[in-house]
Amino acid sequence: MTVLRDLSYRLKVPLSLSVVIVTTAVVVSAVLGVQTYRDQRRDLIGNAESLAVTLSRALVPVVLRDDVWKAYETIVAPLDLVRDDDLAQRTITILDAHGTIYASSHPLRFPMLGRIERADARLASLLPLLIAATERPIALEDSAGEQIVVAAPILADDATRLGTVMLTYPESLFLPRFYATVRQVVLSTLIVLALLVPIGWAIGDRIVEPLARLARAMTQVGARPAAEVVRPLYRGGDEIGQLGMQFSRMLHELEAKQALEREMIAADRLAALGRLTAGIAHEINNPLGGMMNALSTFRRHAQADPVAARTVSLLERGLQQIRETVGALLVEARLEPHALTREDLEDVRLLVHPEAEERSLRLDWRNDAPATLPLPSTQVRQILINLLLNAVNAAAERGRVACRVATSGSMLLLDVRNDGRPIPPELADRLFEPFASGDTRGSGLGLWVTYQIVQQLGGRISVTSIAPETAFTVWLPYSAPA
Amino acid sequence: MSRTPQGTWAGLFSRRRFLAAGAALAASRPALAVARPLRIGTTAVILHDQVGFLNAWRAYLEAQLGAPVQFVQRGAYREINDLLRAEELDFAWVCGFPYARNRSLMQLLAMPLWDGRPLYRSYLIVPATDRTTASFADLAGRVFAYSDPDSNSGFLVPQYELYRLGNDPAAFFRRTFFTYAHSKVVLAVGQGLASGGAVDGYVWETMARQSPALTAATRVAWRSEEYGFPPLVARRSLPAATFDSVQGALIGMSGDPVGRTLLRTLNLDGFAPPEERVFDGIAGIVEFVAARQRLPA
Repeated sequence: MTVLRDLSYRLKVPLSLSVVIVTTAVVVSAVLGVQTYRDQRRDLIGNAESLAVTLSRALVPVVLRDDVWKAYETIVAPLDLVRDDDLAQRTITILDAHGTIYASSHPLRFPMLGRIERADARLASLLPLLIAATERPIALEDSAGEQIVVAAPILADDATRLGTVMLTYPESLFLPRFYATVRQVVLSTLIVLALLVPIGWAIGDRIVEPLARLARAMTQVGARPAAEVVRPLYRGGDEIGQLGMQFSRMLHELEAKQALEREMIAADRLAALGRLTAGIAHEINNPLGGMMNALSTFRRHAQADPVAARTVSLLERGLQQIRETVGALLVEARLEPHALTREDLEDVRLLVHPEAEERSLRLDWRNDAPATLPLPSTQVRQILINLLLNAVNAAAERGRVACRVATSGSMLLLDVRNDGRPIPPELADRLFEPFASGDTRGSGLGLWVTYQIVQQLGGRISVTSIAPETAFTVWLPYSAPA
Repeated sequence: MSRTPQGTWAGLFSRRRFLAAGAALAASRPALAVARPLRIGTTAVILHDQVGFLNAWRAYLEAQLGAPVQFVQRGAYREINDLLRAEELDFAWVCGFPYARNRSLMQLLAMPLWDGRPLYRSYLIVPATDRTTASFADLAGRVFAYSDPDSNSGFLVPQYELYRLGNDPAAFFRRTFFTYAHSKVVLAVGQGLASGGAVDGYVWETMARQSPALTAATRVAWRSEEYGFPPLVARRSLPAATFDSVQGALIGMSGDPVGRTLLRTLNLDGFAPPEERVFDGIAGIVEFVAARQRLPA
């Protein structure tokens, strides 16, 4: 049973269909066989009875005249004694009123004047029935079950019983015919099976195929991301169809959940990084300020020693570079009294234009921003500059960069696209981290700064990179002007 | 139950050939003037009582006589006797026994010749499986098949033989029956219905030649002495001219190719003029048996 439980439905269903077909065929064959056996037996007995009745009538005058030879000729006539087949095994015997053999078609088996029970012991128990006073023919079976015995009384006109006509048929007589019928039934059944079983197999396979595909798809869940699981394509209102649809829906939900989780992890990491860098920047800035003050004081008051002056200058430049780097890492929204104007954004276009020109790019610009917006202009401009410069760098040679600025509700939308190579997947999760790209052309902090600013403004940034386009989209909420 | 094919005669002679032969002969002989067809009665004394053979023989005789001939087949000899008496028949082929008893009614017409002589024997036959029986004495208390109560070989001879052996024929066998044909006695014994049977030796030998399968199931256990072969007879009242013509036609068969073919089918050599003394033997046993059972002679 365990074996059956573990068996694939792709085998189980066709197998069940085959079992049903075979069982049906066997049952039908068996019923037909039994019916045939009964019919043939009934026909045989019916024929024998009518023959016995016919003979019994014809024999009345013959027996009355005591013409043994005529009686013999009469009972031999229906038998073809020359033939040596099953039918030749039939015997017809005339018994007198006491059961003594008057004449028989087979005198060697049933000798004239002999006793029937001595001639064939199997008939002994039937003797009372054979000579009993009945008017109709009777069909009996001998005590060994080997012969069918049919008897009809020979009745004179005044109903006096003159004797009995007894026909014996070996049971085996109609067995060959029965076997022939059974053989035929079995053969036809086999032919039908040869046709039906493959059809049943094919139908079963078709029924189960969607289920099998669903099962295959389900085994992939967990093993690989939901987005990569191959969806079963079977559509239908039946159980498997419903199952498939539910499975698809579940996959979608799983996919969304996994995306959300990834986003949250990335955001958490970026937030931690932000806190870390901010802390480090503060810790660096404090002594840095002291050191730079000290150097400035030293330059102002100390004797000018050319070596010292050179060293101090070197230290100052180094410290200045540290200050700039830390300043870049530590993105802090300073109070910005100047609100964002439409022109501020147009300036960005002018700023980026030479860079785009240099790479022979087309810059599609669409600025639907209102005249003023309650957002800090410096930060917004910095976001847009960063994104546009990245796009210009990433765009294909003679490619295209598109920028769109719009408002929707109380959100400012910045959308920057380029047609460069898509962002490699391994980079996608760490895109906004410092020095993520490994690109040596820039500071490696552009997107980090952008992300930090967007976070500080309470906005959201997303990136989609599907060939042939990579798009960065930023939403920045603003409080509607009172 | 005799199984000689009906087609034998149709194969040997077409009707047209017979008529042509007949016409040629008729032209050389004066036609017999008769008021009605000559009626010849046959019994089971000859084996070939089939329609085909009798038609051929009839055509032959008609051609020879120039007069219509009709064969009348009857099962039992007794019927033939009655028909002769009533002049319903002109001729008949009967057994020597009825002839010996009814000489007042019939006159000898011709003697069939078998093996060149007008004589035959009665055979006692038993099933081929019975290897011991050598005479009637061995069949006491058994079932016995006679051919015809008016047959010499098939009834009278066994009666005589049983009396001669000191037995009462009526009580000697457990059961007896008549088949009314010699060939059917052969069948009854061969099938085992009877343990023994009395049969015309000529019939048995002819069957042995023509249907050996049937006689092979029997064995001849005893042969009688010779008796007069069943003769062809005429009613006493028949005109002499008719008698002479028919006698001539029969005796002339052995000199005629068609006649010889017919005789061959009958397994006979020919027909000879009557010899009254040939039947003395039968007359003797008729007397012997009648004396024992007051049989009307």
